[in-house]
Amino acid sequence: MSVIKIENLTVQYAGEETNALDGVSLEIEKGEFVALLGAHGAGKTTLCLSLNGIVPNMISADMYGAIEVLGEIPPKIPVRQLAEKVGSIFDNPEFQMSQLTVFEEVALGLQNLGIDKDTIEKNIKDSLKLVGLEGFEERSPFEISGGQQQRLAMASALAMKPEILILDEPTSNLDPIGKEEVFSVTRRLNQEEGLTVIIAEHEVEVIAEFADKLILLENGRINEMGTPQEIFPKFVDYQEGIGVRVPQVTELASKKDNLFSGVPVTLEESLRMFKK
Amino acid sequence: MTDIKVSNLQHTYPNGVVAVESVNVEIKQGEQVSVVGQNGSGKTTLVKHWNGLLKPTKGSVQIGDLITSDHPVNVLARKVGYVFQNPNHQIFAASVKDELEFGLRNIGNSEEQIKDKIEYISEEFGLTQYLETNPYRLGFSLRKTVGMASIIAMEPDVIVLDEPTTGQDYLGIKAIRSSIKNLKEQGKTVIVVSHDMPLVAEETDRVLVMCDTNLIFDGSPSKLFADESILKQTNLLPPQITSFMNKINKSQNGESILSVNDALEAL
Repeated sequence: MSVIKIENLTVQYAGEETNALDGVSLEIEKGEFVALLGAHGAGKTTLCLSLNGIVPNMISADMYGAIEVLGEIPPKIPVRQLAEKVGSIFDNPEFQMSQLTVFEEVALGLQNLGIDKDTIEKNIKDSLKLVGLEGFEERSPFEISGGQQQRLAMASALAMKPEILILDEPTSNLDPIGKEEVFSVTRRLNQEEGLTVIIAEHEVEVIAEFADKLILLENGRINEMGTPQEIFPKFVDYQEGIGVRVPQVTELASKKDNLFSGVPVTLEESLRMFKK
Repeated sequence: MTDIKVSNLQHTYPNGVVAVESVNVEIKQGEQVSVVGQNGSGKTTLVKHWNGLLKPTKGSVQIGDLITSDHPVNVLARKVGYVFQNPNHQIFAASVKDELEFGLRNIGNSEEQIKDKIEYISEEFGLTQYLETNPYRLGFSLRKTVGMASIIAMEPDVIVLDEPTTGQDYLGIKAIRSSIKNLKEQGKTVIVVSHDMPLVAEETDRVLVMCDTNLIFDGSPSKLFADESILKQTNLLPPQITSFMNKINKSQNGESILSVNDALEAL
């Protein structure tokens, strides 16, 4: 069952000469873990912002083509309403924090939904548990680590019980522990809770491990779409042109014949395919 | 020549938090050094002592022949340039040219020198076409380049790069790596504070690992990535190629492999 359907989507920001997205068509199935790859300016963020309706509803732009997310047309409904179904996480969690306690931070979006107090409390408890922040309720959002802040941003999104989670470079400001925390929570939400995940991310070694599908964007267009195993080996020789690195073991395989029994993209695969 | 000498450095913030405890380290002019560790380990506090942004609570820091506690930041900044992680924390001028000029004028260059240096540095960093542009009209990657160029224009002996590759794509990372190589060739000391392990592995010769306010490792990247207990203690993950080569027991003279090219040689 597809949860996202985009056909020939073109987005142009006011005053820009080129299209941020240029005729993009894709479908994403329920429960998929999809990674968006591409250089700066390739269209990753614009695609994320089109899916949650921020473009064109809050950041104005001309939009052509068709976009449907969980049966809704994002440009036609309020961003806040879509946020109940599509949670969004950005690269700077600190900018998303505004409340005095972790509990209030998660409650913020819920209070505006008009649901009863007991349900609100239960949702907050559940979502803090999902991201591993139980016991943090009374802490200040500004006095926890970056990884914890990003997980708090995820909890705020999850409290709305969304079906899709969109993460735009969620770990670029985090240290290795924070990155690991955010990736493992994201993976758990995808595998155990069945959330559809769409993530823009530069850490290709992690993406190779987690993603079912890669979408490689170049100048606002889709260059390639497929599994990490299909995509990474294809552009080993075009990393510079596309502005995306391939996993180091994939590069090794391309430069040394007969080292592996196939082309690995993850560490685990490289050890399995290594010919002793 | 500006060597750095840190002796028994302790730093306690006004709120009583001890961020660095008794660190001793010496860095010679021309070294390429990474400082790594989790957020809160004390690495930024340590590095901010090198241009005088912070002064020791106990112990001392010597930059060349200057004891930092006796000199203001603007004197120390001529020797040690600090490039911020977030260019927005550093850039304030209305055009790239003004931004580049500011530091140069501040340290007393003549108008003629300023003109020459801007011409050279903007060429070097590919900024010539943006000199009249407002830095905030540029993308993050280019804005970061402006931050870096404005510091390097002042020709400090030591350049500290705080998380230079964060939020950069492949080309941005490539450009930063080539700047580091250039600075190395010019005999500059480059200090990189980073979580980017491939960068640490391939562009620096020495790694300082901070953990819970202490310096717990000082050695080559290949020794660090072969040291399971330090990696575990600090949650550092070696580059994928290093992990692969470690697992198949291939090393170069008993030390970990750091890059795809080294791996090709060793296999």
